[in-house]
Amino acid sequence: MTGSIKKSRKNLKSQLAQFTGFLFLRLAVYSVLFILLYFFYDIGHQGYRAISWEFISQVPKRGMTEGGIFPAIVGTFLVTLITALFAVPLGMAAAIYLNEYARAGRLTRLIRLSIRNLAGVPSIVYGLFGVILFVNMLKFGTSVLSAGLTLGLLTLPWTITASEEALKSVPDSYREGALALGATRWQMIRTNVLPYSIPGMLTGAVLGLARAAGETAPIMFTGAAFYLPFLPRSLKDQFMALPYHLYIMATQHHAIDKARPLAYGTALVLIVFVVLFNLGAILLRARLRKKWRH
Amino acid sequence: MESSYIAIPEGQPKIQVENLSLSYGPKLVLKNISLVIPEHRVTAIIGPSGCGKSSLVRVLNRMNDLIPEARVEGRVLIDGENIYDRDVDLVALRKKVGMVFQKPNPFPKSIFDNIAYGLKIGNHRSRSELEQIVERSLRQAALWDEVKDRLHQNALKLSGGQQQRLCIARALAVEPEIILFDEPCSAIDPIATAKVEELIHQLKKDYTVVIVTHNMQQAARVSDYTAFLWLGELLEYDRTEKIFTNPANKMTENYITGRFG
Amino acid sequence: MGTVKKKGVLGDLKESLIQKIFQTSGLLAIIVLLGIFALLLYTAIPAFREVSLKEFLTSTRWDPTSPEKPEFGLLSMLASTIMVTIGALLIAFPVGVAVAAYLSDVASPRVREIVKPVVELLAAIPSVVVGFIGITLVGPMIAKIFNLSHGLTALNGSLLLAIMALPTIISISEDSLNAVPISFVEASLALGANRWQTLVRVKVPAALSGIIASLMLGMGRAIGETMTVLMATGNARAFPQGFLQSARTLTANIAIELGEVPYYTTHYYALFAIGLVLFIMTFFVNLTADVILEKQKRKLQ
Repeated sequence: MTGSIKKSRKNLKSQLAQFTGFLFLRLAVYSVLFILLYFFYDIGHQGYRAISWEFISQVPKRGMTEGGIFPAIVGTFLVTLITALFAVPLGMAAAIYLNEYARAGRLTRLIRLSIRNLAGVPSIVYGLFGVILFVNMLKFGTSVLSAGLTLGLLTLPWTITASEEALKSVPDSYREGALALGATRWQMIRTNVLPYSIPGMLTGAVLGLARAAGETAPIMFTGAAFYLPFLPRSLKDQFMALPYHLYIMATQHHAIDKARPLAYGTALVLIVFVVLFNLGAILLRARLRKKWRH
Repeated sequence: MESSYIAIPEGQPKIQVENLSLSYGPKLVLKNISLVIPEHRVTAIIGPSGCGKSSLVRVLNRMNDLIPEARVEGRVLIDGENIYDRDVDLVALRKKVGMVFQKPNPFPKSIFDNIAYGLKIGNHRSRSELEQIVERSLRQAALWDEVKDRLHQNALKLSGGQQQRLCIARALAVEPEIILFDEPCSAIDPIATAKVEELIHQLKKDYTVVIVTHNMQQAARVSDYTAFLWLGELLEYDRTEKIFTNPANKMTENYITGRFG
Repeated sequence: MGTVKKKGVLGDLKESLIQKIFQTSGLLAIIVLLGIFALLLYTAIPAFREVSLKEFLTSTRWDPTSPEKPEFGLLSMLASTIMVTIGALLIAFPVGVAVAAYLSDVASPRVREIVKPVVELLAAIPSVVVGFIGITLVGPMIAKIFNLSHGLTALNGSLLLAIMALPTIISISEDSLNAVPISFVEASLALGANRWQTLVRVKVPAALSGIIASLMLGMGRAIGETMTVLMATGNARAFPQGFLQSARTLTANIAIELGEVPYYTTHYYALFAIGLVLFIMTFFVNLTADVILEKQKRKLQ
């Protein structure tokens, strides 16, 4: 008897299974995409009505039922700046150690394990740690400095991982070539590794900072203020921040209904910030990846 | 012991390898190798792939140090100094022993900056001095005429053969005494190969050259001495002429006549 | 003839100093992790001068400001955290694995190029915005469907946390599906299986440990998430009775009470004790995931 290679009934059955199975997978993807789009639509649509030049440029007025979110924008910018100054150099340095100096061994494994675990510590726990260490022990008080440093610790594992990825993308031949010409290890890193990995490192850092800028729990008790009609004048001042402001407007306001449009506006501004940062970083990363692949 | 086949070449010895063994973790890659490499000659190392040829040249400028589990026993004397002594300065060693890799590996910098790289990380030199050395090195590497009008173009834009000559020029700029070539022509075309071979021939006036190759015609063309490595052992080492016309070891003969490899 | 011996110690000193600087930064990760644990423990311990560990872990009553008899039992909140987390994973796990399978096995490269950044974007939405959506969009929807007075329930929290756990589950599952050696797939196809059979019978079982790790990591995220549940679940202190009632999780409780608690009181210390519990829970969940992933990596090498 010779077997036929034409479609048979049995074949049909398994094809039906494949069709249904793939349909289920597609459905899952479509629903995720739909939900995301609907979220963006809702916030975009409602938030757009609240946004005006006044909303961006003015301080909150009349018990935060009118006016704008200018202090919150500036505050988020400032706290993210402190986070960046603290976490980016440290993250890069740790990544340079891991990728360029460390030899495989117990210590290196322990460091990597710690980094992965730090990435999983809940953000509110970072907040608690910030309260003990920065606010109380180091006496920075509830301030933009304490909040920035707390967010910095939270970002550290992301910056390290992203920086290491950037370092790994530099071909080993650049390193060998430099060493064979008599470069010391640091000269090799400085002249032949860093110049080609810094763009990637910064891209990763921007992604991490975008996430940090959207965090609320770590800054709630380390420096973010309910309402301040002025901008922080020193590192020891409290500050308003977009995510915390949104939380306040959405849940803690005495006139929730009056505040709702402003809350939508704040949510939209926050999302636009975060999404722009992310898109920029993702595009940049894709371009850099292509550039170094030769 | 096979060492009866190993002749001590005439001429001033530059590199003396004594009872050298190399292992990567549990794997023994080079087994108790001894040979003397003479000054101002081209010495070729041949053998089937995986025999340890590349590992042997990488022992000579300690590039194997980059492999975490690599372990070396025995001595390697260069001008009478053991390069595996504790007080050896790796930077000084690698300046003295230049290396050209299997695949051309120009840095993604300009042609000028590639050549000047070794000088810039060393002592500070004036711009005019740098320019002089860059020109001299490119001329030595027979690349000057092809690139003199575009020294500030990215080196990655050069052809494969040009890139390899650039890497040779880059190594020459540091003024080494020894140059190691690790299969320098395996990634470039035949015309470029001819140019590189011609170059290697020129270089022995001023330098001691060690070249690893899997191409026996190439070894026959460029080298004065040839070492045949098989499974990490040095089976035969003699004048190239002798190895290719009248090998003492049956294994060498089989390899050279193309019966395996 | 140049010598290769060292000439001075100055160069060496500079190099090793630079290395030390980088090494210290590397060690910082260990220091921070240990530091978080140590300081939480140090601040939590005074709570147990007045509260027994047994009451803390087994009592369902949390009433720290009661004038008669303050009570410090975290069981109700622990149950809420677990319930909301399980609810979230029941939704996110099947959907996440399905999306991962779609990306690794069905999608054309072009579609993947679009869907992947969108998933990354999902991970980028701040949790406070997700919580806000819970208040304005998802909550009211739940209230309407189940005919409740308001939608700020455990179900609301689970739905939102599912969305937040999705990116983790998708990306880790997809990585492990992609890590299945092509030879397995080829063997299955050569034996006459179609793509769906190959996916279900060969790829998913081969990638199972990674998929389970993704579940664990998603769980870690859900347990530790604060703002979303704080805003969306209504925060009632009672022991959770069901998904349609409001619930207060461990994280939400810290967020609610830390702002108003007088420093250095038993209540203050007890909040850090809750933080310590959270830290330990997520630590072990993440560690398990890590061990699974490392094992898988070694197996596939």
